[in-house]
Amino acid sequence: MAAKKSSFLKKSGLGQLLIPITALVILLLFNLIRDPSFFSIKVAVNNSGNSVLSGNLITIIDNASALAVIAMGMTLVTAACGGQDISVGAVGAIAGSFFVKILKSWETVTAGSMILAIVVCILTAVAFMMFNGTLVAVFKIQPMIATLILFSCGRSIAYWITGSATPQLSGPIIQAMGMTIPGIPIPTPIFAVILVGIVLALIFRLTNLRLYTQSVGVNQGAARLNGINPTAIKLLSFVLLGMCVAVAAMIGVCRMAQLSHKTLLVDIEMDAILAVAIGGNNLGGGRFRIAGSIMGAYIIQMLTTTLYAMNVATVNVKAYKAIVIIIIVVAGSPVIKNWITSMTNKIRAGKMNTSAAKGVE
Amino acid sequence: MQNDAVLTMRGIDKQFPGTKALNKVDFTLRKGEIHALMGENGAGKSTLIKVLTGVHEKDGGSIWVEGVEGEAHIHSPQEAQNLGIATVYQEITLCPNLTVAENMFIGRTEGQMVHWKDFEKRTTEILNNLGIPARAKQELSSCSLAVQQMVAIARAVDMNCKVLILDEPTSSLDDKEVEMLFSLMRDLKSRGVGIIFVTHFLEQVYEVSDRITVLRNGELVGEYAIEDLPQVELVAKMMGKDLNDLADLEQIGEKRSAATEVVYEAEQISSSESKPFDFKIHKGEVNGFTGLLGSGRSESVRAIFGADRVTGGKVKMKGKDTKISKPHDAMKAGIGYLPEDRKRDGIIADLSVRENIILALQVMKGFFHPMTKAQMEAFADEYIKTLNIKTASQDTPVGSLSGGNQQKVILARWLLTHPDYLILDEPTRGIDVGTKLEIQKLVLKLATEENMSITFISSEIEEMLRTCSRLIVMRDRNIVGELTGDQLTQAQVMKTIAGGEQ
Repeated sequence: MAAKKSSFLKKSGLGQLLIPITALVILLLFNLIRDPSFFSIKVAVNNSGNSVLSGNLITIIDNASALAVIAMGMTLVTAACGGQDISVGAVGAIAGSFFVKILKSWETVTAGSMILAIVVCILTAVAFMMFNGTLVAVFKIQPMIATLILFSCGRSIAYWITGSATPQLSGPIIQAMGMTIPGIPIPTPIFAVILVGIVLALIFRLTNLRLYTQSVGVNQGAARLNGINPTAIKLLSFVLLGMCVAVAAMIGVCRMAQLSHKTLLVDIEMDAILAVAIGGNNLGGGRFRIAGSIMGAYIIQMLTTTLYAMNVATVNVKAYKAIVIIIIVVAGSPVIKNWITSMTNKIRAGKMNTSAAKGVE
Repeated sequence: MQNDAVLTMRGIDKQFPGTKALNKVDFTLRKGEIHALMGENGAGKSTLIKVLTGVHEKDGGSIWVEGVEGEAHIHSPQEAQNLGIATVYQEITLCPNLTVAENMFIGRTEGQMVHWKDFEKRTTEILNNLGIPARAKQELSSCSLAVQQMVAIARAVDMNCKVLILDEPTSSLDDKEVEMLFSLMRDLKSRGVGIIFVTHFLEQVYEVSDRITVLRNGELVGEYAIEDLPQVELVAKMMGKDLNDLADLEQIGEKRSAATEVVYEAEQISSSESKPFDFKIHKGEVNGFTGLLGSGRSESVRAIFGADRVTGGKVKMKGKDTKISKPHDAMKAGIGYLPEDRKRDGIIADLSVRENIILALQVMKGFFHPMTKAQMEAFADEYIKTLNIKTASQDTPVGSLSGGNQQKVILARWLLTHPDYLILDEPTRGIDVGTKLEIQKLVLKLATEENMSITFISSEIEEMLRTCSRLIVMRDRNIVGELTGDQLTQAQVMKTIAGGEQ
């Protein structure tokens, strides 16, 4: 049975997702036993009079949106460059500032100004990510070092752009983007995640991005000798990350209906890297699975929400989170993986021997 | 158990999922002998070595080591080392940024205090004693590969090893360095060290070994004294068949040198790594670049493919002016290139066999035109069958295949693109005799039946004489001669390489 299961997992390519799926299931079971009402979903009426779904699960999926989107982009950069971008939060703050700056140019937020703001926000994030990408792909600087620059100064740049600490936004469009669209009971950020996921899935379907990225990540010398341009692929991964960062920044700004250059997407880079790791992706580059990273993002958020639901004090949440994360990461480590494979092999070999012996008889 | 045996292995079994890697294999190593362990890729040589060095645990059988009471149980490389079993691998496993002395003693110090001065003195003694041309304070990376390997051996010897395993020690050495290594091996032999020598070079086995053990498909074929086993019979035993195959090859080998259409023509082509040179190849022709290591033969073909930065020259493909400045240009022009260093430049180790096979074709089709999964599977299946690639499945990561099969995967990758001109740089290096013959045959078949132009490079002149109808001889990065027809003899090639008169 064990043998059958593992070969099924290998064939379906789910092997890598075994750890995140297990972690997610355990977290769900834990909550189910602890307090079944954790899962209750009610229809409630929010401040603006829309009826919306509310409950812990909705909160988790909603709150993880920005993280999930950035984790997708981070997976690509990790796979292609064998390193991570730690400036995503800061670049998000810059892009968010441009977003707010454009919206603030008019009295009220209109559909036209919103479209312009979205375009500018995406272009800004892509431009700054191209800066990172150029350092990494052309100048061959280690990603962590290259992105340390914007990590350090990004939030200052964000402050210069808006020129004030916390510009406020208001209006039905902002509400619709940050909370819910009237008539639709599901929070809008969830749709943003689905949209980004679909766009990436389409890109993978219509292009060779996956094959090229993995080839460059595993062995860029060999990739080059097969006609792939590693510099272009790495740059492209940063461009796509830039788009993801822009989406995350807009989710963050609209949700709060204000911009704080200090707190927008703060600390998200580490959570994003963690999501990639929990998803079973090799942080050294190469093979990757975006689905794993998305799951990683939801696991992190579910953990946080569970701890809050258990009335753990805010100061202690991070410590408890750390403990669970250690367990997940160690469970997915090569040492434990090898141990599990050798155990299953032994079981299988034992079975083969007994069946062979029976055959002889 | 013989009295003079330092190592006795009996009935060793090792099972991997799906395959029996070793089946009741016996192996005996005597004091002061050089014992060659021979077999094709996948015969079980590496597995046997890994069982002996504690990398793998054996499933059955017993191991005895001289001086150890009862059976030896080896669970880790550290335990093997403590028993006096030392290994020097093909790839140097020392630290290149440390000095020779530091490398000799790293990880062997006891207690808190380290006396580097003493270590340096002792290192100098050992180096002098073994005649190794290196200084204790020299940084290891400044030594030649051969000397680095000798330092690794010296380290093993100084740790009082009784059994020294040399796994493909000569594959990246030139003739002079090989000679140096052999004299060191003979020296150690006279000191009573038992040496297990794993190599693919048959001549070297006969030059230095006393005894040969042959494995095939995980089973012991036999143990022979060197004088009882002529080279031809050894090959036959390794392959498990007689040598009709070799004869076949001679038959196909009616080389064609008829002047047909010129496929590729370069005028004063040069790259950042190679000096300008002229070169052309005809349709259906097999030519070779020969010369010593470092003569510039690989650099020249890399320049043709645009693998290094191209700095000048004019190229014509089938008479048309073509610009080749990067690999992608060359591929579009119909050139394929199997690189010299399979691990570094060839395989994408973590990706599947399928992905590795379709890679070049997929890149040629373009970023926006991915093949369907069904197409990929069909292509991969076809070439796994044609080239007889031994792999558990298409999805197996190529890195877990044996060297010969990895090489076939890369070959498949380029054959799939149906190039007009295929460059094969050392396609047979480090792979077993059977696969070598297969590849040579394939080269001749492609040239005769499909009119492909092929450049074939090999360190073994024999192999090139067998396959090429024209040899370009290089020395010190210059073309110093071109041999065809009757000139294609070993003596003439040597003479031209050495710089005698044409």
